[in-house]
Amino acid sequence: MANQAQKRPVVLQAILVIILITWMIAAAFPFFWTLWGSFKVEGDFFSLADWTNVLTGEMTTRETGDAFTTQGYSGAWIQEEFWRAAWNSTLVCLFVVTISLTLGTLGGYALARSTYRYAFWFLLIALIFRAMPPITLVSGYLPVFFQWNIWGYLPTAIIVLVAINQPFTLWMLHSFFKNIPQDLDESAMVDGCTRFQAFRHVIIPVMWPGVITTGLFSFLLAYNDFAVTAMILDKQNQTMVPKIASFLGTTQTKGNVMFAVAAVVSTTAPLFLLIMFFQRQIVSGLTAGAVKG
Amino acid sequence: MKHSAFFWFVLPSAVAMLLFIFFPIVSVVIQSLHTAHEQVIIEVENCGPFGCTKATAIDQEATAALREDQPLGRFAGLEIYKDRNHLATAEIGPLWEQSTGIGDFIGKLMNLPFYKAMGFTLTFTFVVTPLTIIFGFIIAVAVNSAARAIRGPLIFFSLLPMMVTPLIGSLILFWMVDARGILGTALRWLADDPSLSVKADTGLMWIMLMVYGVWHSAPFAFIVYYAGLQTVNTDTLEAARIDGASRWQQIRHVVIPHLLPLTTFIALMQLMDNFRVFEPIVSFNASAHATSLSWAIYNDLGGETQQLSSAAATSVLTITGVAILLSPVLVRTYRDYGKAT
Repeated sequence: MANQAQKRPVVLQAILVIILITWMIAAAFPFFWTLWGSFKVEGDFFSLADWTNVLTGEMTTRETGDAFTTQGYSGAWIQEEFWRAAWNSTLVCLFVVTISLTLGTLGGYALARSTYRYAFWFLLIALIFRAMPPITLVSGYLPVFFQWNIWGYLPTAIIVLVAINQPFTLWMLHSFFKNIPQDLDESAMVDGCTRFQAFRHVIIPVMWPGVITTGLFSFLLAYNDFAVTAMILDKQNQTMVPKIASFLGTTQTKGNVMFAVAAVVSTTAPLFLLIMFFQRQIVSGLTAGAVKG
Repeated sequence: MKHSAFFWFVLPSAVAMLLFIFFPIVSVVIQSLHTAHEQVIIEVENCGPFGCTKATAIDQEATAALREDQPLGRFAGLEIYKDRNHLATAEIGPLWEQSTGIGDFIGKLMNLPFYKAMGFTLTFTFVVTPLTIIFGFIIAVAVNSAARAIRGPLIFFSLLPMMVTPLIGSLILFWMVDARGILGTALRWLADDPSLSVKADTGLMWIMLMVYGVWHSAPFAFIVYYAGLQTVNTDTLEAARIDGASRWQQIRHVVIPHLLPLTTFIALMQLMDNFRVFEPIVSFNASAHATSLSWAIYNDLGGETQQLSSAAATSVLTITGVAILLSPVLVRTYRDYGKAT
């Protein structure tokens, strides 16, 4: 290997290792710290007296008799009904991903195959829509939703999130479909398939890698959304992220802040697993736009 | 592809975008030109044994009827744009005359809500974007130099700050820099000042928000650069080495030119993303020290009285800002794709 032929000087190697270690600590430590702290009482995690309390769990032992406590979790999930928010998030993500992908594959396929000029303009307009901060659209939704009495319900949020995700989904799937050879569906059409049959029988079986990657990103957009879901869902139907934000408003009473910490850890855990299992797809998705052009 | 087939394939997503992106934009623009009706005031004469008094009262019925009749409100033209909460055209002139210098003027300007939000949003955008690019590049070079076996875990942990919900990521950092948290304690110890608190200091709060911004988006720059480094032409590198190029010269003349197109891509994506900075301000509870355009809209919509018109006007101004930032991306895309088709 050429790399080995040119050995790095020790100083350079040391600097690189230091950079790596610093970055790893910066990137990962906050999450592990919060995970650890979520099993303590507020007096330990937010300790004025001595910061090492959170390691030893002094106050936790004094208050609960054990160095670890699940008070935060039971408070958040049962007392504050975080399970309801988790269930709402599940529904929202499931439907947003399914609907986005259904609409997106159809549209993305057509955009990748059309040779006319209007397909390009369609993509350009989608790009403009994609750059819009979602919150700027919310003030356009509210009066209409109030008037039609559809404000506050999950289906409303799902449709809005699908629409907001659409430009991104279209762009991503468009570039994936471009990489599927055109001969494939065209030969099917020569054999007598209609355009839709060619899509159904030839393209659908080979499109899954691209669809999975796009699905991951629309899942993340739906799961992470705060601006839209906070404004158009009522308290009963809140998803996890706005629910955590609403915990913050009521953290005046002692102990409640630990509910928020526990809720934060609970919300991060699925993301953790997702990145672990789909790391390759995420990386390829992030670079699809840049490297492939 | 035939026109009709194309039409049916894109119809569902076109309808979705038309209904929930295009129409809302139109509706926002219209709303920003209207304002809520004032209540209808009538004069009532109360006549009693001691003579008559005149009093004004709100005519509930007439007000309700008027609101029913014109649900959009009263047409206000550009009034909302010019009021104190937005462009504050009436206030700027006197401010300019009163101020002693350009610094003083900017300081006073920052007391007006719109300019305060604009000031922070722009500072955030133009500080965080270059730092993200620099840090992303350094991390990519460092990871690329690590042994192949540990690159997987390195990439996994690097992805975390970016993939985690922004509201949650910023909360996690905020709890750590809280005066009673671990970083807050460390900061106080370092500065040797027991009263130091990030929450109470505007400068520290701005720095903290930007640290969060870099922490959150450096992984994106890192991933893109890392992928780019995998495709550096090894033949060119070897040729440069044979010609006697030093390590730095190799980076300067082979690697960096290779990564330059990626840098424009990252910069444009980051400019757009950073311009909508919003969640960290909610998480850090920073609105006393720093507000952003998105936060201003959220605040107008979420308050006790929903100020739809005010939010709409800020939205239109924000969209204008995005459009200005976006124009280079559009030109670039137009060149790349427009020529190809």
